[in-house]
Amino acid sequence: MSDAATQSAPVIITLGNPNTGKSTLFNALTGLHQLVGNFPGVTVEHLRGETEINGQKVVLVDLPGTYSLAAQSPDEMVAIDVLLGRIENVGRPNVVIVVVDANNLRRNLFLASQILELPLQVIIVLNMMDLASSQGTRIDVDELAEALQAPVVPTCAARGEGLDRLRETIALALSSDYTERHVIDRKLRAAAEKIALGIGPSVENFETIDIERALIDQGGYAEQRLLNFDRSLKTDLESARQELGAGRPLAALEARSRYGWINEVINRVEQRSETEKRGTDRIDKYLNHPVLGSLIFVLTMGLVFQSVFAWASPLMEFIDSQSSYLGGLISHLVPSPLLASFLSDGVVAGVGSVVIFLPQILILFAFIILLEDTGYMSRAAFLMDRLMRWCGLSGQSFIPMLSSFACAVPGIMGTRVIPDRRDRIATIMAAPFMTCSARLPVYALLIAAFIPPKTYLGGIINLHGLVLLGFYFLGMVGGVLTAYLLNKTFLRGPTPTFLLEMPPYRVPNIRSMAIKLYGRAKIFLIRAGTVILSVAIVIWFLATFPQSQVPKDIEPGTPVAAQFALENSYLGTASKSVSPFFAPLGWDWKVTAAVIASFPAREVVIAVLGTIYAIDDSDDGSLLERIKESRRPDGTLVFTLPMALGLMIFYALCLQCVATIAVMRRETNTWRWPIFAWVYMSTLGYCGAFLCFQVGTSLLST
Amino acid sequence: MPSLASLKAGETGIVRGFTHNGTSSQRLMQLGVIEGERIEVIRRAPAGDPIEVRILGYSLSLRTSEATTILVDTL
Repeated sequence: MSDAATQSAPVIITLGNPNTGKSTLFNALTGLHQLVGNFPGVTVEHLRGETEINGQKVVLVDLPGTYSLAAQSPDEMVAIDVLLGRIENVGRPNVVIVVVDANNLRRNLFLASQILELPLQVIIVLNMMDLASSQGTRIDVDELAEALQAPVVPTCAARGEGLDRLRETIALALSSDYTERHVIDRKLRAAAEKIALGIGPSVENFETIDIERALIDQGGYAEQRLLNFDRSLKTDLESARQELGAGRPLAALEARSRYGWINEVINRVEQRSETEKRGTDRIDKYLNHPVLGSLIFVLTMGLVFQSVFAWASPLMEFIDSQSSYLGGLISHLVPSPLLASFLSDGVVAGVGSVVIFLPQILILFAFIILLEDTGYMSRAAFLMDRLMRWCGLSGQSFIPMLSSFACAVPGIMGTRVIPDRRDRIATIMAAPFMTCSARLPVYALLIAAFIPPKTYLGGIINLHGLVLLGFYFLGMVGGVLTAYLLNKTFLRGPTPTFLLEMPPYRVPNIRSMAIKLYGRAKIFLIRAGTVILSVAIVIWFLATFPQSQVPKDIEPGTPVAAQFALENSYLGTASKSVSPFFAPLGWDWKVTAAVIASFPAREVVIAVLGTIYAIDDSDDGSLLERIKESRRPDGTLVFTLPMALGLMIFYALCLQCVATIAVMRRETNTWRWPIFAWVYMSTLGYCGAFLCFQVGTSLLST
Repeated sequence: MPSLASLKAGETGIVRGFTHNGTSSQRLMQLGVIEGERIEVIRRAPAGDPIEVRILGYSLSLRTSEATTILVDTL
């Protein structure tokens, strides 16, 4: 969508508590016409979509689910800033839609009551009405609209019911003016207005709500921002607090007065027949049971993993074979060898290395979305919280960490469910340590080459498997320790409150799931894909130029000629010049070149080793033999057991994945964390490989 | 006065207040944990922590560290 078009179009905000079906409603209104965007300076994101109301284009902006406008951090302040039109790329909203779960009216009305006190056109969407009525809850919609002084539209977004009426209501709201509504705490409003009058013009354009929040949320972000603007306001705030609360915190008064008002409204509009146990309670008896629930959880996760590998592997092999086939075809058809090499080794291989991740990323995303939309995600967090807490994380970090065993990209993108910023960043930093599937080819090659195929206990356990398991553990320990250390240092602070709603189990809406999956795949392809592709082309350039004259005794076009070309390329000469730095790790220039070339994506190391050792078709078997026999100029073997183990440690700990870096940048909304992660993990990898090689070599020589 | 953390699964209490005021108590109050409300402990996670409670008719999980700050009258 073009900027000119969005600026003139009316802006509609959707917000509400988590688990109200808000995203389903948003998806039902906008379909595929949506983009994910970040707000400047914070890590929360919003969805932006378009739809037509009465033939007029409108922009919809979906804010993250929240229970209150109270803000402790800049992330939480975004809601108020958007509502007051302070975010430049959103603009002043024309209408605000508050999505309310009809099954849980009381808690949902808390946020609604805060929004209703803002000078904005508000529409209340009473979602999941079908479920409410089937459970014996009757809500008098007209009476509710009268009590709230705002239009109320009952919907069932998952089935598309009530959407036409919602569109009509939006159209009506767009063409009418805001009329003042009821304020719950008049004394607070008056005190805030008095302070607001005394504030001069500022960049933030402080409004009454800012002062109200500053008064109520003592020590919160609204107060910090206000005091940063004018420190002398502190005395005004203090005396107003004293006057209003008489010693009691205003936060408690706010909760009491709002819930008091809500109870009056509920008594007027809601009739609940106390039904027997809900279906959810029956299911939770098993799924949240300490023993049975844990068992089911382990089985579910096992099933997810099994399917990721079982379903993704054939697709990945297919993509791999297709991209080599296409590369071969290009070399065949394009007359210029240089252009052919650029197209097949640079572009096609680069695109291939992006697309090859898609099957497992899509499958993992699909599972994560399914877990989120059914409500099982909260149960998983409930069961895992204690386990994750000792390394400073919370239960919500578990699924993202687990996903990272297949690929850190969906894992990191899955951290959005973690409400606390510090928890989220610690999880993002720990995720790339998990043994992802791109590390497996490296482990497989080196284990097969250097670990003796011993078996124990009559063949049930073999040494190859044990070593592989050891590397899985190494990654886990690395990640957990990293999270732990970050929590003690850079991310230090009070333990965040873990308050997690356990939403009723729901049958997910397929259309909404598909739209979410499409959105996440698009982000991966655009954000990570462009970076991977451009880095692949850079590496191709470095490995191809300068083009050297192949000596007469080498036949052009053979593996030996390719080896010669690589040795004399920028990559080859650079590797030779930096190889003294890697010599303490036991690496020669060839290994160094392969490692450097695999920094964008670790799995390419096999292909680069193939070229360096002049292997036809980078056939694993012959590569295995070749690296085993690889010798230094003085005749000693390059690949010894300590060196190979060190190399694997390097691959276990290093952040050799541009896609992960790009996604880290996107999710933290700063370059600081990905750069820190890269430096930190590279240092760890180097030190690990160094220790392993040096200690191992001296042990073997004694 | 006993805290919510001392309730066994299946027991219900009436919220009487918090041991101290802060961000945690504010969040709990916004979620409906306010004086006079009924709160029922539904179950505990495997290690006894966190716990799942029912408040205002919905399910909420919280850690024992937060539950100890909620004062209740047992029914």
